[in-house]
Amino acid sequence: MALARRRFDTLIIGAGGAGLNAALQLANSGLSVAVVSKVFPTRSHTVAAQGGVNAALANVLPDNWHWHMFDTVKGSDYLGDQDAIEFMCREAIPTVYELEHAGVPFSRLPDGRIYQRKFGGQSQNFGGEQAARTCAAADRTGHAILHALYQQNLRAKTHFFDEWFAINLLRDDEGVVLGALVIEIATGDPLIIEAKTTLLATGGCGQVFRTNSNAHINTGDGMAMALRVGVPLMDMEFFQFHPTGIVGKGMLISEGVRGEGGYLINKDGERFMERYAPHAKDLASRDVVSRSIMTEIKEGRGCGPRADHVLLKVDHLDESVIAKRLPGIRESSKIFAGVDPVYEPIPVFPTAHYSMGGIPTDRFGRVVVPERHGEEAVPGLYAAGECACASVHGANRLGGNSLLDILVFGRLAGKDIRDYVRENPYHRNLDEAVVEAAIAPLERWEQGGEGPGVAEMRGTLQRLMEDHAGVFRTEAVMQEGVDKLTDLRERLAGARLRDHSKAFNTARIQALELDNLFDVGMAIAVSALHRKESRGAHSRPDYPERDDMQWMKHSLYFKAGDVMDYKPVRTKPLTVETFPPKPRVY
Amino acid sequence: MAQSLGREPMKFEIYRYHPETDSKPRMQAYEVEVERGMMLRDALLAIQAEDETFAFRHSCGEGVCGSDGVNVNGVNCLACTTPVSELKPPVQVRPMPGRPVIRDLVVDMSQFYNQYQSVDPWLKRTEPNPEHEIRQSPAHRDQLDGLYECIMCGCCSTSCPSFWWNPDKFLGPQALLTAARFVLDSRDQATAQRLDALEGPYKLFRCHTIMSCVEVCPKGLNPTRAIGQLKAMMLKDAV
Ligand SMILES: Cc1cc2nc3c(=O)[nH]c(=O)nc-3n(C[C@H](O)[C@H](O)[C@H](O)COP(=O)(O)OP(=O)(O)OC[C@H]3O[C@@H](n4cnc5c(N)ncnc54)[C@H](O)[C@@H]3O)c2cc1C
Ligand code: SF4
Ligand code: SF4
Ligand code: FES
Repeated sequence: MALARRRFDTLIIGAGGAGLNAALQLANSGLSVAVVSKVFPTRSHTVAAQGGVNAALANVLPDNWHWHMFDTVKGSDYLGDQDAIEFMCREAIPTVYELEHAGVPFSRLPDGRIYQRKFGGQSQNFGGEQAARTCAAADRTGHAILHALYQQNLRAKTHFFDEWFAINLLRDDEGVVLGALVIEIATGDPLIIEAKTTLLATGGCGQVFRTNSNAHINTGDGMAMALRVGVPLMDMEFFQFHPTGIVGKGMLISEGVRGEGGYLINKDGERFMERYAPHAKDLASRDVVSRSIMTEIKEGRGCGPRADHVLLKVDHLDESVIAKRLPGIRESSKIFAGVDPVYEPIPVFPTAHYSMGGIPTDRFGRVVVPERHGEEAVPGLYAAGECACASVHGANRLGGNSLLDILVFGRLAGKDIRDYVRENPYHRNLDEAVVEAAIAPLERWEQGGEGPGVAEMRGTLQRLMEDHAGVFRTEAVMQEGVDKLTDLRERLAGARLRDHSKAFNTARIQALELDNLFDVGMAIAVSALHRKESRGAHSRPDYPERDDMQWMKHSLYFKAGDVMDYKPVRTKPLTVETFPPKPRVY
Repeated sequence: MAQSLGREPMKFEIYRYHPETDSKPRMQAYEVEVERGMMLRDALLAIQAEDETFAFRHSCGEGVCGSDGVNVNGVNCLACTTPVSELKPPVQVRPMPGRPVIRDLVVDMSQFYNQYQSVDPWLKRTEPNPEHEIRQSPAHRDQLDGLYECIMCGCCSTSCPSFWWNPDKFLGPQALLTAARFVLDSRDQATAQRLDALEGPYKLFRCHTIMSCVEVCPKGLNPTRAIGQLKAMMLKDAV
């Protein structure tokens, strides 16, 4: 089949914060840039980020990037790469100013500077008093940032493919990535986009779990696309369960609520975080707070008729604080939990939220894979944002560091892409065989006949992941999970689409997303089973301690054969001293 | 509002149109087991799980992405923040009015996006930027509340009669709200230029203050007030 083709200097897949900030860097470079997004750009999930973005501006309390770096390394449970972390914390400051100049309507302090709030895991002076580092636009920071970036891209006349879905990367025999196969959702027509570089900025994969804070579209597409061209995924066992999702629904109640003075209570009205984290209390790191909630519930101190949640108390705060700083949270609580936090506490339970792991990259957004001597960049392939792993979050991400990550590394990838295209100015020949491999999933779903449907398979997968790769993980539970998932993956081959029509066929898109969810789910389950220690978000009652001797290393999962490999953590920062591993107490 | 704890069946009638097989649209009846706390989006998903040929847009599920504007019993709303318990059965769900239908509840929003783009929706500065943030007082920042939160769902513009009648000339409430968002930003330095661009009998002045836009905005924003502010500033500008 001869498919339509178009050529661009560079292709960006994803129009969230990472993709749009990369596009903006490239806009003035004279290169032709295509941005492909399966939803209209401002519908990307960055829009949902509430609390804010970290940068040591020191507008409210004393601060500097080095303290921010320490908190991030400690928060990562010493699995983050210290060179990348130093870089991110330094770049945070100019990045936030640049956003402000781009028009982001940050909340303000009386003197006109950007408002900053307290978030979990932040300290002054390397573990001292609480810091206030999170720059916020009320509790709609992601919305404010995403819209401003989209607007700036309109100004810069970026070329958008809105509501186009990327199916697979095109990677040739020599390992060079030559673009991607995409389809236009409205017409169902496939298109080959040839590009000298391709940036994956496809966001997270929270939809692999049943109860999650993520949008319907967060199906790990970019991660799965990388897996399918032989690139491993890194540290996928580290999945963050945010402590405060609305019980039974999963919608997020921002950590900003605790930053503004809210706290958690159990059925006895006890502020239980004082027991688990005497110093930081409710603003301990997310993994710590989530485990504490689970323990309270397991030990019978949960609230409600089913004792299945705890309460987030806000009603002691002034109504004006809630109106000014947390208007979106108040709205969500009313709609989804049926409570007005001004008068009643919000029922919460941990919700699957964020993937620390992802496509391995270096500090410049280049995708790197192991080679005989260390590692090498995959020519033409970049990744940034939640789908990537730089690795700045290690085993546990701090609140406010993800918006930062996507913006800093999105921008930097844009810069590196510019240099790469200058040095590699010609399109390479694209072989028909490469296209055939890429189009296979599309053709596979064209088969007629009976078989399990997509919605049913998705539901089964999500429950399986929740039961076997949740907050607490033991060998037996995880082994059973991998076994079941292996069986389910075999059934997937028999699943069928009923609707094979072309125009805006959402069923087909969901089928392609289902393939991706399986690839990513397996990466999480297998990586988790292999790591025999507790670190950050990966918590094993059968191996309760962190084991730096054996396990201070990054995992790499390969799809072919479901095999694991490992690589060392980069403990040497760029200019400062290493922060050596220490017990992590809050 | 009648509300029971158990599951009970509820009748829905959904607008269906498939360009490849249908010569004209039809309404199709479905029954959904609804339960307490269920949103319209959940009901639409339940329908889709049974009948995958049914298409609608949605994503965040929490009223922030603006994907799932639909017309329900004659009123535009977001499916994901509309509790089914507030709806009168049989619940009639149609695409947002006045836009070409691509399939089922999915409409072509290009014109709406073009109008948004036509107001130059980005911050314009003539002075070079400072090294730090551009200072803005909390009072000036407060001016943006009620404007910057727009999620571009289109509920307002597609229920505005002036927008139906003059879609190519009248900018519609969403684009005008966006224009106000930049005119009222103390950091923006193109106020006069922005106001000039709204001159003429149509772009702005076709708004007859019918207020449909205000009633339907799921974020509680008030485009009519924003339009009023623009009008006032233009008058002041002209004097
Ligand atoms: C509810 C919530 C609140 C949060 N709050 C905060 C916070 O306060 N602070 C913070 O730092 N972080 C927060 N986070 C995390 C942070 O928002 C995300 O990690 C981040 O926004 C991800 O950005 P991104 O650019 O990588 O991806 P996204 O914004 O998810 O964008 C992904 C893009 O890829 C496109 N795409 C995906 N697959 C395909 C495909 N196959 N074909 C074409 N296009 C595709 C999508 O259309 C979209 O444009 C929050 C997350 C959630 C869920
Ligand atoms: S008030 Fe103006 S913009 Fe709003 S619906 Fe009426 S005519 Fe349209
Ligand atoms: S003003 Fe309200 S109704 Fe109109 S697009 Fe914005 S959010 Fe939607
Ligand atoms: S699904 Fe995002 S606004 Fe309804």
